[in-house]
Amino acid sequence: MNLDASIIDPIVRLIWLGGAVCFVLGLIQMNSPATARNGNLLSAGGMAVAIGATVLWLLALPPTGSFNPIGWAVIVAGVLIGGGYGFHSARTVKMTAMPQLVSLFNAVGGGAAALIAINEYVSHASANQIPGLQDNVATVLDIVIGSITFTGSLIASGKLMGLKITPSKPVRVPGGQLVTTVLTVIVVAGALYLWLGNVSLPVAMAILAAALIFGVTMTLPIGGADMPVVISLLNSFTGTAVAMAGFVLNNPLLIIAGALVGASGAILTKLMADAMNRSVLNIMIGGFGGGDSATTTVAGPGGSVREVSMDDAAIQLAYASSVIVVPGYGLAVAQAQHGVRELAEVLESRGVDVKYAIHPVAGRMPGHMNVLLAEANVPYTQLREMDDINPEFDRCDVALVVGANDVTNPAARRPGSPVSGMPILDVDHAKNIIVMKRSMGRGYAGIDNELYTNPKTGMLFADAKAGLADLVSAVKAL
Amino acid sequence: MNIDLAFTIFVLAILVGFAVISKVPATLHTPLMSGANSIHGIVLVGAMIVAVTATNPIEYVVSFIAVAFATLNVVGGYVVTDRMLQMFRRKPAAPKAEKAEG
Repeated sequence: MNLDASIIDPIVRLIWLGGAVCFVLGLIQMNSPATARNGNLLSAGGMAVAIGATVLWLLALPPTGSFNPIGWAVIVAGVLIGGGYGFHSARTVKMTAMPQLVSLFNAVGGGAAALIAINEYVSHASANQIPGLQDNVATVLDIVIGSITFTGSLIASGKLMGLKITPSKPVRVPGGQLVTTVLTVIVVAGALYLWLGNVSLPVAMAILAAALIFGVTMTLPIGGADMPVVISLLNSFTGTAVAMAGFVLNNPLLIIAGALVGASGAILTKLMADAMNRSVLNIMIGGFGGGDSATTTVAGPGGSVREVSMDDAAIQLAYASSVIVVPGYGLAVAQAQHGVRELAEVLESRGVDVKYAIHPVAGRMPGHMNVLLAEANVPYTQLREMDDINPEFDRCDVALVVGANDVTNPAARRPGSPVSGMPILDVDHAKNIIVMKRSMGRGYAGIDNELYTNPKTGMLFADAKAGLADLVSAVKAL
Repeated sequence: MNIDLAFTIFVLAILVGFAVISKVPATLHTPLMSGANSIHGIVLVGAMIVAVTATNPIEYVVSFIAVAFATLNVVGGYVVTDRMLQMFRRKPAAPKAEKAEG
């Protein structure tokens, strides 16, 4: 490798730029389902080329001036272990468990960014050398943001997995607000102390510890239904942490890619929160133990509820000419997406026209329901987005609601309800409505659903998975 | 690279991120989150730089964890995103043909 540094260095930097361009073009291609997969592959290709160029760069122009065999052994071992585990888990994960895996990948990305800054600070501190102010600011921000996103995403992942130590329901942290305040004071005071030009490893470690605990106390009190918003926010944090790592290492590629993800995560977080008629701030404040999520309870149900038997429901469905299925969070939890497809196929074989009405936040993340149904082989063209399907409810004979609640509540059209203003599916416009649900339990908003007391509505009390299986056999028996 | 240049790049990249993302339909938000999640796996480049400049056992351990974490992020992220998107590509031309009204 006797190539001149003045040639290799600019070439590698151009390749890095090419990688960044691939990331941007890849994201643009993810605009449409038809090109989305190519977009992801383009992004992956850009990543592979950028990393390959980095290997060449580090081999040809070692930053320390000579080849570092232990360093390279560390890289090879890390890539094999991390890559092997990543490939395996990504190939084998069930699609319903995918959100928690994404959260785990997000956690380790943030962890890696924080470790880079910690490493940098330790070497500065041991040389008793004061880093320049801009390095110092970026290093401390990287440690703080990276650590919060590391523990926060791990907790979010644990909550989605339903681990005992991280139950999906909100957990009150003892002295929540006090703990948050103390941690914030430690981080802010510590950061200011370091930024003023002091070098102190213990202070840096105190900031690290406070940020790690902050990630836990921030995420624990947030309920499982809000987790997508939290994961998206943490995804944005990780991007920002990686951009900070780019400042620390003076690397433009990390700055560009990190900033891209920071911006995308922020937009996505806002879109998700909007669709749930929640503000990001409310969710996070709920998490900080300041407020309680949606405690406003509207006066009890304004009418009685009509129950419908399995056979009656089967008859209504089988003799309808058009049926719209409204799948929701409950369907994802019960993993009943195959059951719903089976029912649709049985109905279609009888000549019934079946469509699916997909609310933007159906499932556990926006678009998650589309993925789950696609996995169950539901043809993509049968999945209709909210604005597209809403006019069709007027012409539909039976709307079958499986595990969806707040997104069907007509109360959202009037002011004065906690769900007011939330976009909903016009299920109540259908000629007949069947709601499959385990109990009269309330949805995430904690209010009664007026749809259930609508005279056109029949309640079918069953677990989504078992209920759909029963419904399929009932239709077949007709 | 001086700090004002680095900061300029940072701000412009944020604007690009906003512009690109706001156009994506809700259907693709989950794959998008996952895809964006893989992109920040670029931190692997940083982890590798740290590894080859390491000089003592603590730095080697730290950089090993950083490299393993970052690779997990990159590889897992892209593979799981591809799995999701692969499903979207399966068009209704699936084996089960739409039967005539019966």
